[in-house]
Amino acid sequence: MGIIVVKPGVLATIQDLGRYGYQNQGVVVGGSMDQTAARIANWLVGNDESEALLELTLAGTELRMEREAWIAIAGGDMEPITGQGEKVPQWRPVRVDAGTTIRFGRSVNGCRAYVALAGGIDGEMRLGSRSTYLRGGIGGYDGRALRAGDRIEARNEPAKFAVSRLAESQSGSLRFPLWHAGGFAVAHSDVAVIRWMPGAHYDWLSEEGQSAFGDGTFRIGRQSDRMGYRLEGEGRLGQHVRKGELLSEPVTIGTIQLPPDGNPIILMADRQTTGGYPRIGHVATVDLPVLAQLKPGDRLQLQRVTSMEAEKLLIEAEREMTMLGKAIELKLNG
Amino acid sequence: MKKPYKMSPLGDSSVLIQFGDRMDELSHRLVMEAVRWLDAGRFPGYIECVPAFASVAVHYSPIQVLRSLDGEERMRETVYETVCYRVEKLLVHIDAVTESDSEMKNVRTVAIPVCYGGEYGPDLEEVAAICGRSAAEVVRLHSDADYLVYMIGFAPGFPYLGGMPEEIAAPRRGTPRAVIPAGSVGIAGGQTGVYPLATPGGWQLIGRTPIKLFRPDADAPSFLQAGDRVRFFPITEEEFLSWKDNESVDGLR
Repeated sequence: MGIIVVKPGVLATIQDLGRYGYQNQGVVVGGSMDQTAARIANWLVGNDESEALLELTLAGTELRMEREAWIAIAGGDMEPITGQGEKVPQWRPVRVDAGTTIRFGRSVNGCRAYVALAGGIDGEMRLGSRSTYLRGGIGGYDGRALRAGDRIEARNEPAKFAVSRLAESQSGSLRFPLWHAGGFAVAHSDVAVIRWMPGAHYDWLSEEGQSAFGDGTFRIGRQSDRMGYRLEGEGRLGQHVRKGELLSEPVTIGTIQLPPDGNPIILMADRQTTGGYPRIGHVATVDLPVLAQLKPGDRLQLQRVTSMEAEKLLIEAEREMTMLGKAIELKLNG
Repeated sequence: MKKPYKMSPLGDSSVLIQFGDRMDELSHRLVMEAVRWLDAGRFPGYIECVPAFASVAVHYSPIQVLRSLDGEERMRETVYETVCYRVEKLLVHIDAVTESDSEMKNVRTVAIPVCYGGEYGPDLEEVAAICGRSAAEVVRLHSDADYLVYMIGFAPGFPYLGGMPEEIAAPRRGTPRAVIPAGSVGIAGGQTGVYPLATPGGWQLIGRTPIKLFRPDADAPSFLQAGDRVRFFPITEEEFLSWKDNESVDGLR
């Protein structure tokens, strides 16, 4: 069951839910940036949520199906179309005929799209994960980003689908059901609201610095990638932060560091395991998928919550995800 | 007895356990002891722990912890508090580590061969000039010292080493190099380290080791582990080029 990468686009990698258990050795966690979309995409084709899938970034990917297969596309909306110009429906299982080409355009909402393949994508398993660790050169597809000509295979026999029931609708080389999970797509907004809680060094900021940070609107900087997002705001936070030396301490996804230049960095999937900059805050885990869908130039507004609230929000979101997972399972297996 | 640590949230899915705010061997011993108890007692929802100089992070899954609540734990208001409670139970014996425990148990000493100077250590002469010593003296001081691996971080397998003699401290280069080859041994301020992967960097490079510090196929991908003692020893260029990685170094342990 092969998918040929005709064009990789800006950046396409194989990811799963991350590489855990080796952070004490300096090995980054990695994994899909938007784990909500990644998990749902896998569920939609009957996979376990931990299967590897493709993470496409911003624009320009083109894939060709060597054989007929069930796929699901979720996450950022790159308005995928087939070579014949039919829209490929997203957030639902889609059966694609052999020989079909799928072209992803420039993202109109979000930054990263996930493509799951029934049976899971077979990537190199290293240190317990198939995620591509670009800097370490391991996992996924030879530890590197996908290139034109790469062939991606399914790992398992795909789950048996009730094709007649799922393929309610047809458009050219595509068959798909009318239901979808698009309600879980990150809503488009001019300014994304990202909830955060203060970190250990929040009080290193003067009062002025705290209000410039907490009430500020920021832009995602150009030098933002899977390792971290740079926030650019009007307030120069560097002037309002106490100077001091810190011992390197562990950090985690969503940690907001403040380097001397005064532009905060939010650590993302490919973050280092430890860091020596002041930790002024942490993004609530529940909002990481929203953040992962922001691209350079997008704006965000920070909204302060307590860590107790962040925890409650996460538990609530996970409850909804569990219900969605069950609903999809029922639809697939009826 | 008072707990020798304090706990605070690191976001909503990790707790940071701090034993101090300085780089010293007592804090380090407490950190290593905590890691031992945490890894031995991995509670439901525990993902992993990450040691640093004077602190340990415990990363956990709030959902898994929530699903595993038992009895009196239900009384706690948050998952975070439950995790703190579980951590405290695991670290109840940690007071036993005091300054009177002069030797740590199970310490491993690892000898690392280094080809100093020349094309492998292009900044050796400059470091010697900065320190007002000969290159040979810098090599002798660097390779005579006992180092302690406080933590692994920054890059896979990168050791933060303590114990470099102050006499050979040298500031970072004004302009960082675009690529530093894997295995490079460098000095930055009062610290020395070895680059496991080719990366950009501003360290003064005094030599290179043929040993691979990041081994993604090994069970322990980092050649060095927090808590290891390290010695560097000089080798010639011929020895560098013909170095057989594993067996020879294991023999020196």
